[in-house]
Amino acid sequence: MQIYRAHVLVCTGTGCTASDSERVISELEKQLQEKQLTNEVKVIKTGCFGLCHQGPIVVVYPEGAMYSTVKPEDVPEIVEEHLLKGRIVKRLLAGDKTAEDVAKSVENVGFFKRQKRIALRNCGIINPENIDEYIAFDGYKALAKVLTEMKPADVINEIKKSGLRGRGGGGFPTGMKWEFAARTTGDKKYVCCNADEGDPGAFMDRSILEGDPHSVIEAMAIAGYAIGADQGYIYVRAEYPIAVKRLRIAIDQAKKYGLLGNNILGTGFNFDLELRLGAGAFVCGEETALLASIEGRRGEPRPRPPFPAVKGLWGQPTLLNNVETYANIPVIILKGAEWFSSIGTEKSKGTKVFAVGGKINNTGLVEIPMGTTLREVVYDIGGGIPGGKKFKAAQTGGPSGGCIPASHIDTPIDYDTLTALGSMMGSGGMIIMDEDTCMVDIARFFLEFTVDESCGKCPPCRIGTKRMLEILNRITEGKGEEGDIEKLERLAKNIKAAALCGLGQTAPNPVLSTLRYFRDEYEAHVRDKRCPAGVCKAMISYMIQADVCKSCGVCARNCPVGAIEGERKKGPFVINQDKCIKCGACVEKCPFNAISKNV
Amino acid sequence: MKSIAELEEIRKKTLEEISMRKNKNGMRVVVGMATCGIAAGARPVMTAFLEELKTRNLHDVQVTMTGCIGVCRLEPIVDVIDTDGNKVTYVKMTPEKARRVVAEHIVNGRICHDLTIGAAEKE
Ligand SMILES: Cc1cc2nc3c(=O)[nH]c(=O)nc-3n(C[C@H](O)[C@H](O)[C@H](O)COP(=O)(O)O)c2cc1C
Ligand code: SF4
Ligand code: SF4
Ligand code: SF4
Ligand code: FES
Repeated sequence: MQIYRAHVLVCTGTGCTASDSERVISELEKQLQEKQLTNEVKVIKTGCFGLCHQGPIVVVYPEGAMYSTVKPEDVPEIVEEHLLKGRIVKRLLAGDKTAEDVAKSVENVGFFKRQKRIALRNCGIINPENIDEYIAFDGYKALAKVLTEMKPADVINEIKKSGLRGRGGGGFPTGMKWEFAARTTGDKKYVCCNADEGDPGAFMDRSILEGDPHSVIEAMAIAGYAIGADQGYIYVRAEYPIAVKRLRIAIDQAKKYGLLGNNILGTGFNFDLELRLGAGAFVCGEETALLASIEGRRGEPRPRPPFPAVKGLWGQPTLLNNVETYANIPVIILKGAEWFSSIGTEKSKGTKVFAVGGKINNTGLVEIPMGTTLREVVYDIGGGIPGGKKFKAAQTGGPSGGCIPASHIDTPIDYDTLTALGSMMGSGGMIIMDEDTCMVDIARFFLEFTVDESCGKCPPCRIGTKRMLEILNRITEGKGEEGDIEKLERLAKNIKAAALCGLGQTAPNPVLSTLRYFRDEYEAHVRDKRCPAGVCKAMISYMIQADVCKSCGVCARNCPVGAIEGERKKGPFVINQDKCIKCGACVEKCPFNAISKNV
Repeated sequence: MKSIAELEEIRKKTLEEISMRKNKNGMRVVVGMATCGIAAGARPVMTAFLEELKTRNLHDVQVTMTGCIGVCRLEPIVDVIDTDGNKVTYVKMTPEKARRVVAEHIVNGRICHDLTIGAAEKE
């Protein structure tokens, strides 16, 4: 075995692959070759670190120095300075580069300091295509433990005691779900994994599958043992090619090692796993639709009960959990329910991974203990709002969720507090909005998404959400009518009560929650035809202030539709309101700040 | 794989290879590798450390590099830092001396006093 004095980890997750980490790797390999360092320095491809917008991410151990936005041109400097001379290249370090105590190691980057990584424990640390590296950090040890030291009932008890709840959206207690599936008798039972991840902007499940696929495989085998199943399916969207590839490799390696298949570890336990690719419809993430799709039928929901634990795949008892839920299982088995339940709040144990996006400095993937406040996420981890703007609200739960307004920024985040605020945990999407965001427009955006994704099976959802969208469109176009708000509320109530599946039942939530906290914005749109945030184009106008205009003509040259009239040096220019498409280009270009936006 | 023993085998073996990514508890060898150090022959010294550690299966010892320490005339310079953070600085190192430091200091905890910076300064 070769000892290396340094390991260079390069992220090959979806984000960093898009920013061309492969070229960074080939340049690294070339440079190491040239400098004859290939016997001393090892290059390892890893999964997502969560800082995808700053990719490609490169981490050098033993120092743990984390470099961001590394371009192939930067590689010679890293090799020459860091790997050859041991001097960290400060200008490439992730995080606040101006600070005196430059964040040197991964643990010290502000983005990671407040995080607690359980589900993401191996992401960015191991090579996901090498099962040995997973095993090195206690991989498959939990499976070995349950197979040799625990009875199925013990396993279920441990999970129950841990307080783990489903991370796919509903937050149902995982141990109870396992117990139902274990108790139901059937000729055959199945263990399934929901890796459909349809919430726009969410990518935590993808990152786990890309960065640590074995954690999910091991957990599913444990679940199989606990409920008495010998077959599993992972339902993953085909739009995740890297995740699919890594899963395939991982399943193959596990089979080769006899960690999947027959007589696992010589204990007589059998468990096999297959992948099923989904076409990426949001509704296919709903459990009954997902199971139908695995069976090869149309991905449409059916009424429950019976729940999948009783009648699932091919009518047999089936356990379905989310990717992140599974990723927690091996750690709970190894460290114990007591340890796990010491993290988090009274009724929400452990951590949650969020994909934080929108108007925030550090977008990316963060795993935080339940009970962390929104303020900590936005300011300590997220680095605040760009341009010194004010925080207005955060949307959680995606198209099924709602918003948390600035007045509740100190709320500890867990399942129950979010529900009480009219939002929900959801799968972990979190979109941060600043003062320039129009809440009516946001509600419209999410509703547009659900209308597109509705499967059309039941009328309340198919027709009702479309009616709501029509009203919202009208309001944002400045054509809102008195009574529209009340109509929205009525429709919302009826859809929630009558829709067949979760998609329809939750579709009105973004509207209801923005109405709850920002009703005045709706009213301004409807009554005064005014968009207070200055977003809805029908309700804003651009004006040149005649007394400030220096008649330079810059604006006219930059207007894409020729809406600005005037002659250079011959008095102020004027915007032709009929032609103006309100793109805002002239405001940015005017060297004298003579153009203003009126809301 | 037919048994947990085999699993444990793989775990141990691989952990040794990749432990530097998680634990930071072992001893550290820091080799001065600025231009002066490299000119003075720091590279063969480091290689000697790596090889000696490998033959002795001392996988939890980290070997890292640092820039110029400022006493170029004593290069190659190597710091050995133990788990409590105590630092011993060896100077004018050679591959042979490196092997001795591994055998005496790192394995047996006996500092090679005659090779330290203190001894060199007294001369
Ligand atoms: C419209 C809709 C979409 C859903 N999409 C997902 C999804 O993408 N991923 C997921 O894990 N759960 C999704 N769910 C929740 C699943 O139905 C199910 O509750 C979950 O996978 C159970 O796993 P858990 O208990 O581990 O959370 C969705 C539910 C609905 C109603
Ligand atoms: S609520 Fe919507 S998505 Fe669900 S079954 Fe009805 S139409 Fe389909
Ligand atoms: S807002 Fe755009 S379209 Fe309107 S005048 Fe300015 S540049 Fe032209
Ligand atoms: S760019 Fe500004 S100053 Fe120049 S003509 Fe346009 S409005 Fe006037
Ligand atoms: S994909 Fe590289 S950090 Fe997320």
